[in-house]
Amino acid sequence: MFAFIVRRLLTIPITILLVVFVTFIVLRVTGDPVQIYLDINATPEQTALLRERLHLDEPLIVQFGLFLWDVLRGDFGMSLQFATPALPVVLGRLGATIQLVSVALLFAFVFGVAGGIVAALRKDRLPDFLLSALAVAGQSMPSFWLGILLIQTFALDLKWLPTSGTGSWQHLILPAVTLATFLLPNFILITRTTVLETRSELFLTTARSKGASESSIMFRHLLPNAINPVLSFLGLQMGRLVGGSIITETIFAWPGIGSLMIRSIFQRDVPVVIAAVFIVSIAIVLANLLVDILQSLIDPRMRLD
Amino acid sequence: MALLNISGLTTVFETATGPVGAVDGASFTLEAGEVLGLVGESGSGKSVSAFSILRLINPPGKIIGGRVEFGGRDLLSLAPREMRAVRGKDISMIFQEPLSSLNPVQTIGAQVMEPLLIHTSIGKRKARDRALAMLYRVGIPDAESRFDVYPHQLSGGLRQRVMIALALVCEPKILIADEPTTALDVTIQAQILALLKDLQSELGMAILLITHDLGVIAEVADRVAVMYAGQIVESAPVQAIFDDTAHPYAAALINSIPDRTRQARRLIAVKGNIPDPRHLPPGCRFAPRCGFAQPSCVTTVQKLTAVDPTHATACMRVQAGELPRPIPTLTPELPHG
Repeated sequence: MFAFIVRRLLTIPITILLVVFVTFIVLRVTGDPVQIYLDINATPEQTALLRERLHLDEPLIVQFGLFLWDVLRGDFGMSLQFATPALPVVLGRLGATIQLVSVALLFAFVFGVAGGIVAALRKDRLPDFLLSALAVAGQSMPSFWLGILLIQTFALDLKWLPTSGTGSWQHLILPAVTLATFLLPNFILITRTTVLETRSELFLTTARSKGASESSIMFRHLLPNAINPVLSFLGLQMGRLVGGSIITETIFAWPGIGSLMIRSIFQRDVPVVIAAVFIVSIAIVLANLLVDILQSLIDPRMRLD
Repeated sequence: MALLNISGLTTVFETATGPVGAVDGASFTLEAGEVLGLVGESGSGKSVSAFSILRLINPPGKIIGGRVEFGGRDLLSLAPREMRAVRGKDISMIFQEPLSSLNPVQTIGAQVMEPLLIHTSIGKRKARDRALAMLYRVGIPDAESRFDVYPHQLSGGLRQRVMIALALVCEPKILIADEPTTALDVTIQAQILALLKDLQSELGMAILLITHDLGVIAEVADRVAVMYAGQIVESAPVQAIFDDTAHPYAAALINSIPDRTRQARRLIAVKGNIPDPRHLPPGCRFAPRCGFAQPSCVTTVQKLTAVDPTHATACMRVQAGELPRPIPTLTPELPHG
């Protein structure tokens, strides 16, 4: 188990290196940084000077080396909009995003798995039809629209919850529900499928032949064997979740990395965008590591030793 | 009074075109301490009968009739809770495929302990001790260090031993063994059979052994019931089945056992296939494949009837004394070469 974790940890730097490389390439092909930093009336001399200072006159491989060195030191440059180093700006927003994403994930996972189980156990009956229909509807609903709908209903009409912003747990509910709805349908449908598949396994008959109760069969035998595809899906969806949180944070003015990213992109605040991409990548990689560890804890056959 | 008395057991599978019978009025008894072999081809309903006894038939399968009397009660009419109290404690079961019948994500130790934790209140530590003792008893070498391994880390033979351990850990009165050696290679088969035989005499339990292998029956069974197309067609002490065969189907089965003294170069098979359960002949279900069938066999419903105190057959021609016993085998002519 320990060797497994160590081996998985060793692959992380490679992933991060790839992310840095792709970010670098995208940055270099999408425009000349000098044009962003200098205003339109800059003289050719000023341009040349800045070009030299930013090492843009060096060969591409040297530029990448310098870029990598900066990234490793946590130096992403100065934010153009805040005039402070970019990394602390991003890290300052990290907490809010983690709060939103983890609450949404927990919500989606618990209700998705529970819904999937109910749908599977009542296959082809009313609860199954209702849940499956709900899942398909949820899947086809754009989160920006759902978010606005929720604000209209629960904040403006019923006045139960604040429209946007942060500060209390009430502020968290609407954005978390919006973001959770993004994943919930998939959790329901995947859990339903894997529970139905596992239900015909012979070891459940063995458990029944021992005299185990139906709830013990469900929680001790069926679920531990059915949950791993759901977790795999969760790992795969981390990237999509970041996309969802960008939209959600923007709608609800949630002060997280997502809304910061969107704003920085509009402001052409390249250092902040790079720092945010970097931090988000690390978060996704770590989340996937966590999923891998969790899966191998549940299913010993996944410990590749 | 038999330990287990099954009468008129009828199990069907619901399909889109209506129910299809898998077991049709099967009746047999299991005496305390004996090994009853239930034999038949694939699809004859022997496994469905076994699963029906413990009510482990999953939908669309459904038991629609009969009685399974055990300890003065009809298991088929017990409440689910009472039924659970019987499973694993009084009557246990082992299956054909030891790998798929063990939970892949639980240690074998935990799986052997489970019946004890369900049916007794001895606590985890004592349950562990008893489970460990049972694992040693079924011949798992170094069971102590294997207690916390997972099924995929064991060989097929050891897995079946684990299955036997978890089935017997509560010392049941009856073990239902559904083709317990079919998925194992031949040397392991012999070991597992010997182990079952040992444990049977040691624990004094009865075994219902389901198999298609008459060799296995000859080795371990005391009595045999032969099943065909959902019905019991012959039941007798094991020696009588071989020496005094009283049903043409049983005779054909025995004749198909490969024999190294025989000169035949091809395996002898029972002609034809088991009939489609949706289109059964109204009378004897074996008649279309039977060398002794007469037109009346096809139309007359056959009833399992005793011809000796311990020997029953469903063949009306044997009952009427029209056929000699043992029934002669009609060896098909072999092609030369």
